[in-house]
Amino acid sequence: MTGWDRFADTFLNPTVMAKYLPAIVDGFFLTVWLAVLVVIAGVAAGLGLAVVRSLGFRPLNWLIVFLVDVFRALPPLVIIVLVYFGLPSMDVSLSPFAATWLSLALVLMAFTEEIFWAGITAVPKGQWEAARSTGLSFGKTLGWVVLPQAIRLTIPPLTNRTIAITKGTALGSVIGLSEILSQASSGVSHSFNPSPLTLGAAAYLVLFLPVVIAGRWVETRFAWKR
Amino acid sequence: MIETFFNVEIMRAASPILLQGLGSTIVLSLLVVPLGFLGGAVLAVLSTVRNPWLRWPLMAWVDFFRAFPPLVLLIFLYAALPFAGIEFGAFGCVAIGFFLNTGAYYGEILRAGIESIPAGQSEAARSTGLSRVQTMAYVVLPQAVRNVLPDLVSNTLEVMKLTSIASVVALPELLFQARQAQSVTYNPTPIVVAAIAYFLLLWPLVRVVSRLENRAIAGRR
Repeated sequence: MTGWDRFADTFLNPTVMAKYLPAIVDGFFLTVWLAVLVVIAGVAAGLGLAVVRSLGFRPLNWLIVFLVDVFRALPPLVIIVLVYFGLPSMDVSLSPFAATWLSLALVLMAFTEEIFWAGITAVPKGQWEAARSTGLSFGKTLGWVVLPQAIRLTIPPLTNRTIAITKGTALGSVIGLSEILSQASSGVSHSFNPSPLTLGAAAYLVLFLPVVIAGRWVETRFAWKR
Repeated sequence: MIETFFNVEIMRAASPILLQGLGSTIVLSLLVVPLGFLGGAVLAVLSTVRNPWLRWPLMAWVDFFRAFPPLVLLIFLYAALPFAGIEFGAFGCVAIGFFLNTGAYYGEILRAGIESIPAGQSEAARSTGLSRVQTMAYVVLPQAVRNVLPDLVSNTLEVMKLTSIASVVALPELLFQARQAQSVTYNPTPIVVAAIAYFLLLWPLVRVVSRLENRAIAGRR
């Protein structure tokens, strides 16, 4: 066998790949589903917190800032492990899927809140004052005048952060969530051949490469001229 | 609840190995942050070369490692490469994985920084007789770093948090030690303590990042 043949037989073994492809495809869809749910929950919760913060109720704001800091300072893997192994001691047992979803959504919430808040504060005060003095309510001013401007400012950082956090779905493998990495790893240990991991790596590229390239496009599209 | 999550006896018993883990996490961060930064600086400087045969592969390299979840990269290095007879050990895998992954991120940030410096700067520097390398090192890079400082600090925070994935390949850093202690005691206290330790270690950095970022977004308007 030549060197390339041996390499191909080890890392690109067609028999092994064919055998574990279905499991990796299952893992792929689980990862996509999890990522979608994380993005929806995280962005919605983050936007909600930023809006609450704009009400300017001091003690509540300190609480929000602290909450955001906690989830920005803790590594996502630590949060996942804590949620999965800690909560059962309080008689709350979450499935690996729910634990990963909750942890990543909380992390995304924290980053989103911070980004939206920065966007809201970047809108000049005069905009608020003008809108209010034309008779718009607080809610209408926020919804129709301030947020549209704020959200535009926040799109590039938000896109990058969202991509980074959805990649964290791979961390679910640590608590036995059967997503791509976990399916691939168990394929390797069953077949004593690394081809399932090659396949898993390819699955991640299929999933995230378009997202990263789209993120690059969004960044140029919404770039701010200095 | 306090018995469960803040069990003092378990805390006392686990504190030596947790402290050791915290030490390893700090050492690991001190190693992988400069390593990634160096890799990024090389990528960024190379990307200023106006040669499409260099530019496109570099961009592909950066996008490749940005699209690849770091944990997947680490597992691949640790579990797949030994089949080809290539073994780096847990520590080597972590070092290489971080170099590739965080290097791509730092590279992308620094590239944006370099591109933000007007061409007139390097033209002026070159015409005063500075060499290409001197221009890059003394004129362009210092200003570039300054322009993207918020992103650099924020990425450094992310890299330090990311060291926790080294626990998956049994490197005895803070999270790994906490999980060991948890599995021996059947009690989540060590993980809670580790989480608090991470928080105390990284909170100051979070505050700095948040300040810098707010200023950056406000300045962009």
